[in-house]
Amino acid sequence: MRKNISNWGNYPVLNCEEVSFSMEEQLLQYVNTHDRVIARGNGRCYGDASLGEHSVSTLRYDKVLAFDEENGVFECQSGLTLDQILDIIVPRGWFLPVTPGTKFITIGGAVASDVHGKNHHSEGSFSNHIVSMKVLTGKGLTECSPETEPDLFWATCGGMGLTGIITTVRFTLKKIETAYIRQKQIKAKNLDEVLQLFEEHKHYTYSMAWIDCLQKGDSFGRSILIVGEHATKDQVAAKAAKAPLELPRKMKLTVPFNLPGFVLNNFTVKLFNALYYAKNTRRVIENTVPYEPFFYPLDAILHWNRGYGKDGFVQYQFVLPMDKKDGLVAILQKISEKGWGSFLAVLKTFGKQDDLISFPMEGYTLALDFPVRNGLFPFLDELDALVLQYGGRLYLTKDARMQERVFWDSYPNAERFREIVKTWNPAGKFRSAQSDRLNFQFA
Amino acid sequence: MPTVLILGAGSDIAVALARRYAAAGFTLQLAGRNPEQLRPLEQDLRIRHRIAATVHAFDALDFASHAGFYRTLPAPPDVVLCVFGYLGSQEKGQENWQEASRILHTNFTGAVSILNVVAEDMAARGKGTIIGISSVAGDRGRMSNYLYGSAKAGFTTYLSGLRNRLWHSGVHVMTVEPGFVATQMTEHLALPALLTAQPDEVAKDIFKAAERKKNVLYTKWFWRYIMMIIKNVPEPIFKKKKL
Ligand SMILES: Cc1cc2nc3c(=O)[nH]c(=O)nc-3n(C[C@H](O)[C@H](O)[C@H](O)COP(=O)(O)OP(=O)(O)OC[C@H]3O[C@@H](n4cnc5c(N)ncnc54)[C@H](O)[C@@H]3O)c2cc1C
Repeated sequence: MRKNISNWGNYPVLNCEEVSFSMEEQLLQYVNTHDRVIARGNGRCYGDASLGEHSVSTLRYDKVLAFDEENGVFECQSGLTLDQILDIIVPRGWFLPVTPGTKFITIGGAVASDVHGKNHHSEGSFSNHIVSMKVLTGKGLTECSPETEPDLFWATCGGMGLTGIITTVRFTLKKIETAYIRQKQIKAKNLDEVLQLFEEHKHYTYSMAWIDCLQKGDSFGRSILIVGEHATKDQVAAKAAKAPLELPRKMKLTVPFNLPGFVLNNFTVKLFNALYYAKNTRRVIENTVPYEPFFYPLDAILHWNRGYGKDGFVQYQFVLPMDKKDGLVAILQKISEKGWGSFLAVLKTFGKQDDLISFPMEGYTLALDFPVRNGLFPFLDELDALVLQYGGRLYLTKDARMQERVFWDSYPNAERFREIVKTWNPAGKFRSAQSDRLNFQFA
Repeated sequence: MPTVLILGAGSDIAVALARRYAAAGFTLQLAGRNPEQLRPLEQDLRIRHRIAATVHAFDALDFASHAGFYRTLPAPPDVVLCVFGYLGSQEKGQENWQEASRILHTNFTGAVSILNVVAEDMAARGKGTIIGISSVAGDRGRMSNYLYGSAKAGFTTYLSGLRNRLWHSGVHVMTVEPGFVATQMTEHLALPALLTAQPDEVAKDIFKAAERKKNVLYTKWFWRYIMMIIKNVPEPIFKKKKL
């Protein structure tokens, strides 16, 4: 059935035919008889990457196929979501090797965006932990890994569904003793200080910072750095130590409808940020928390995306090389001058990785939300120019509006990626609104 | 551990039911036309819930095979869920007997054929639960789907008769009347969101109602009242509505 759908940013809204499948045969049959097909997981990318003429939902294709509990190897169909996986593996002493800031994404989406977590500098992105996977390409169902069909493998990691539909993924897990995290929060009074703190704490497995990008002068870039490690059994409180892998169940809050646009404006964003900083009265706080609030602070509020009103919002996430701190300053300054700051601005550092088309490269990454409004896109074009100037790039899975040239000029392997995709997707069968906008021209 | 047999285990409602029963510790027997396609579900249930599960070939339209199929199950089931169904196309069925007979025989004859076998066995053992998934479409004929609707009406009546008979031997029969459910079978239809249930909700309702030995379950609950109203619209008016 054709319907209007959009992803997490509620922008853009496109009229697509959305179909689903629960068995491999149904998928083969559909893909054989349709063109302009694109996989769609849980729609947690922000823009148009999983929208298109025929969006194929993987959500019913959600079976666990194998779990080697001795060695921590897990295999599942691509529509299984991370929250379901956590429910299965955590009580048995295992954790996801890499997780983004929400657990409501599918495994297919994790691979296609090659997602990163708070541990990129120490453990890489999701693709670094894949043993092998199967992809339904334009040439049929093919198994690939870094050893067999490496071209297909690397073009599928971070390839935004353009090589075809990932059907099953086998990946390795990480051993844990408890379901808790030892975390440390440190207040930084400005950008210099937080970058310094990142450097000092880089031996921590997990790190990220909340940054208040509306501040000027001395407190420009004030932030809270949060670092953490999986807690060992003897680090958790006596009560938790009795069942260290079990978490207490709790209620979820939900935003039931789109809030009117005026709720989130400059004033409320400032207020939010001020309260957030005030909450941490001491400079350093150390405590042990369940893994959920540490990794997924926003998941506790379902549908918080509706808070931006019905016109939706875009998330702007870029990465700049490590030696381009002045670029970070220039971009943050522009945002603070404009006064269009965002509720959430997240700063992280990435470790080395520059494989075919994945987003991460060694450097700083900043993610900000901007409600859609008049003048926003020209403003973001100006930011794009700075990102390009400093040798950075934008995250495709968050993108809903970048212009064609920005993509081709900023991803050094884009051309090579297109050549590989052409061999696996020769008729351009797999394409999305995003790949059309960025003008991939496979066929 | 008690055992549940799911007939037509590939559908979305069946998958949700399988997960619900597996979570409660049941041993699962999954039956469907193409057993190979049920392997992933079998694995999924074993790994998630650490229960035992088996897969069996079952074709609702191959009536002659039903007794043999049931005899070769690894254990006589305590609960039998009859979930298979075929919506088909009303329009096609009006002109084409093949389509019409497939709708009628899948939803009615096939279900009666296998449940007759189950009923004899459970009556002899003096215990068990039979749960049939019928449909609110069977409560009143409408121009848009009376082939499917009439087969389900027949099934509903069969189940109520069976319930009366088997009560005397200690076997419980429950009829389930789902309204709109968001499944692959209905994804091409524009269903009203407020009236549409998710397969998980339906499965949860069924599991609970069966534990409480309910006779007829409408899910979601308000369908009982919606259907009460629909059944009472006078025919002269109903005809004009082109429903
Ligand atoms: C609150 C929030 C926090 C986030 N935090 C992070 C973060 O910290 N790090 C990070 O990296 N990302 C983050 N993201 C982005 C998110 O992880 C990615 O967009 C992810 O790809 C979404 O997966 P999905 O299952 O929802 O897929 P969708 O959003 O539906 O699709 C995303 C892309 O994957 C492709 N795809 C999906 N399934 C398949 C498949 N089976 N085969 C082939 N292609 C497929 C689609 O075609 C599309 O290109 C965040 C998103 C939200 C909403």
